[in-house]
Amino acid sequence: MQIARALITRLITTLVTLLGAAVIVFVVIRVVPGNPIAMMLPPGATDADIDRLKALYGLDKSILEQFWIWIGNVVQGDFGMSITLRQPVYDLVIGRLPATLELSILALLIAVFLGGAAALTATLYRGTKIEGGIDVAGGVALSLPDFLWGLALILVLGVLWPLFHISGRVSPSLGFEFGSNFYLFEALARLQFNVVGDLIAHMLMPALALAIPLAAIILQLLKQSLKECMHDDYITLARTKGYSESSIILRDALPNAILPTLTLIGVQFTFLIGGTVIIERLFSYEGLGNMAIDAVINRDLPLIQGIVLVFALLFTLVNLVVDMTYAALNPRLRHA
Amino acid sequence: MTVSRRTLLKSAAVSGMLTAVGTPVFANDIEELVIAYNVNLPSWDPTVGPSAVNPTIQGIYQSVFDMFIHQNPDLSFASGILTDWGWNEDKSKVWMDVREGVTWHNGDPLTPEDIVWSLERAGSSDTGNPIQFIWGKIGNFSIDGNRVTADVKEYEPTIFKWMSFLTGYVMPKKYYEEVGADGFEAAPIGTGPYMVDKFERNAFVRLKANENYWGGAPEFKTVTIKFVTDASSRTFEVMSGNAHVTLEMPYEEFDRLKEQDGIVGTATPISDIGMIFINDIEPMNDPNVRKAMAHAIDKKTIIERLLSNYGVPIDTLQTPDYTAYDPSITVPYDPEKAKELLAASGYGPDNPVSFKIQTTRGFKPKDYEIIQAIVGLWRKIGIEAEIEVYEIAKHYELRAADTLAPAAFYNWGNAIGDPTTSTGFAMFGPSPHSVWDGEDLMQKILPLWGEVDEDKRIAGWKEVDRFIADNALVIPLIQYVQPILHSDKVKVTPHASGALLPALMTRS
Repeated sequence: MQIARALITRLITTLVTLLGAAVIVFVVIRVVPGNPIAMMLPPGATDADIDRLKALYGLDKSILEQFWIWIGNVVQGDFGMSITLRQPVYDLVIGRLPATLELSILALLIAVFLGGAAALTATLYRGTKIEGGIDVAGGVALSLPDFLWGLALILVLGVLWPLFHISGRVSPSLGFEFGSNFYLFEALARLQFNVVGDLIAHMLMPALALAIPLAAIILQLLKQSLKECMHDDYITLARTKGYSESSIILRDALPNAILPTLTLIGVQFTFLIGGTVIIERLFSYEGLGNMAIDAVINRDLPLIQGIVLVFALLFTLVNLVVDMTYAALNPRLRHA
Repeated sequence: MTVSRRTLLKSAAVSGMLTAVGTPVFANDIEELVIAYNVNLPSWDPTVGPSAVNPTIQGIYQSVFDMFIHQNPDLSFASGILTDWGWNEDKSKVWMDVREGVTWHNGDPLTPEDIVWSLERAGSSDTGNPIQFIWGKIGNFSIDGNRVTADVKEYEPTIFKWMSFLTGYVMPKKYYEEVGADGFEAAPIGTGPYMVDKFERNAFVRLKANENYWGGAPEFKTVTIKFVTDASSRTFEVMSGNAHVTLEMPYEEFDRLKEQDGIVGTATPISDIGMIFINDIEPMNDPNVRKAMAHAIDKKTIIERLLSNYGVPIDTLQTPDYTAYDPSITVPYDPEKAKELLAASGYGPDNPVSFKIQTTRGFKPKDYEIIQAIVGLWRKIGIEAEIEVYEIAKHYELRAADTLAPAAFYNWGNAIGDPTTSTGFAMFGPSPHSVWDGEDLMQKILPLWGEVDEDKRIAGWKEVDRFIADNALVIPLIQYVQPILHSDKVKVTPHASGALLPALMTRS
């Protein structure tokens, strides 16, 4: 009952957050200088042409009027038409979201694997040169922004040893017809491993670029938590029982140390999704972030609104999932 | 060309790293030509929406669709879908002869009805064609055999030139009416040298050769155009051998990479210029200030130092390729004269005239740096200009509202090379693109819009350009050069409009 009530409260909060985001983005993109009509004026256009185009795209009305029309349509599932792409915003956003989600999830998995493995190794070999080496690597990983990692990866794995693709999501010559926009999940489900290989060859570098800084953060926090746990009484007890150090770290220390890391991963995952904007651009990856940049450059107002709403929804959902997972893993919160 | 600060920083970082890296890997023979293109293709209909007036996308459109009138790489016009065209004696009608034996990509024959439908659709205010104000000047079409005739509703001397310019594409009447706008977007067909084989939005388009093309089948049977909007990634694509051709990168990168084994650089001037708009507000109403600004700019040195010599200094809004280019109109670099002019108005280094100059940063090659250099040159003679950086979208909005700063940097493309689409629309007061509203200039331009004598019309525009140069009503700076990097196994013929056309590429 308590969980249901908490969920309902959370959903209401989510709706209010989305409405707030919608109002802010709607007003801000109309107030800042630059409008889509001015962007599409050809040489020789007259004032009458400007008025005609404004009326065509509904920009001749007041901001309040435009907002009520838009929000009324959104409630009915109509997010409007993209000015530049001339397609329904809903279709465009839903079409691109899977690409960004797959990339983000792969990046998260890589980050958790790399950061987790490094933290466990550093804890196991604490006080040795190995820990020092891991700390240095973590520091380097954290000090460079994701797009520089992207460039370095392109240079090494795309140009010097051309193992992976520099741009795109799938090879034009692949000749495989996808039934959904979740290419990777679909290829895995259909056991098309050559397709999976091609997709991974496109996704690995951008995913790694996104994952490396996050892996460093996970490493630092998890290692610190593990180190603190290693001084607790139950660890001493386990040692006296004769368990090996690696077994103690994995079976006793890790379940207790992972909770703060989990919260951090949730928060950082939203940043990681935000980071896809630049990384998708760099790797010409056909995701939501790449489309967002074009939408902003072209002042495609309906598309910007749709993308921001989806990002806002994504962030609130991620936070919701993190909170629920945290509650599920932490008995004190579950019964609170 | 979009060169952001981020791009430059990345390029600098990458340049250092690349020094230690080996040479690129290229396939021995090219079966499928791969081009790393610098923009995405938002829509397949080349006649409506913002992408219809985006000059960079035209290269993709021209691969699939034919324009009414063909344009050669040197901007001259040639017979294409229309084999011949002209006016009647009193210029109250236009006529166009349609090429016979042309087929659409689906096998249907191209007919004069397609031409009429395309022109009527372009001239209708309901379709959202941004050039409707030009196409709407002819109407009441009739067909006799393969000849199309139309009444001239309003005389437009450049109507046939526009048939090689933005939105001047022949569209398939029967097919479009069958499949509708959405169906056409999903499966577009044209009469161009390439057919759309596969299109992944924002990722790539795969083209296959139109073996029945009226101008002869293109050499490369399959072409993949990858949309790679980041300049660094585009150069990496060519270096790694993943792409054979790319365009638009910082000139420093271009110079460095074209020296590498297997890579060739092609750089040619295109129909795009950089200029400083002058708004007729204080202190620009003082002709001495304007003229001093113009004479104090050393364009040649700026091009040498900032653009690695890739650029052509210009003194009017016409480049040497344009119809109304007049080499006798010059505005020489003369700082002493500039000082005298300022002194005549009571200004000098100790009592400088002050104003704001707006510029983009990274929208065109070294735009901000060029303005910085110009401001430095102005400071020496007694002009104190404060630089304001703005986004290109803001520039468009301010220009349309006639509220630009006293001086503002911008670029201007004109792929048909006619003076109406350069000096005309940029300087005619009532145009939303013009910020100089002087009555004397307006009166000089006004009669030229409807001038039926072509020689007189061009001579008239040259006089207008001379008047503008003499009075420094705008400050033309440079004609841009387009850098193209490609594999040495491909021969690339650049097009002066800036369109990168795979049909003009052959094996070397």
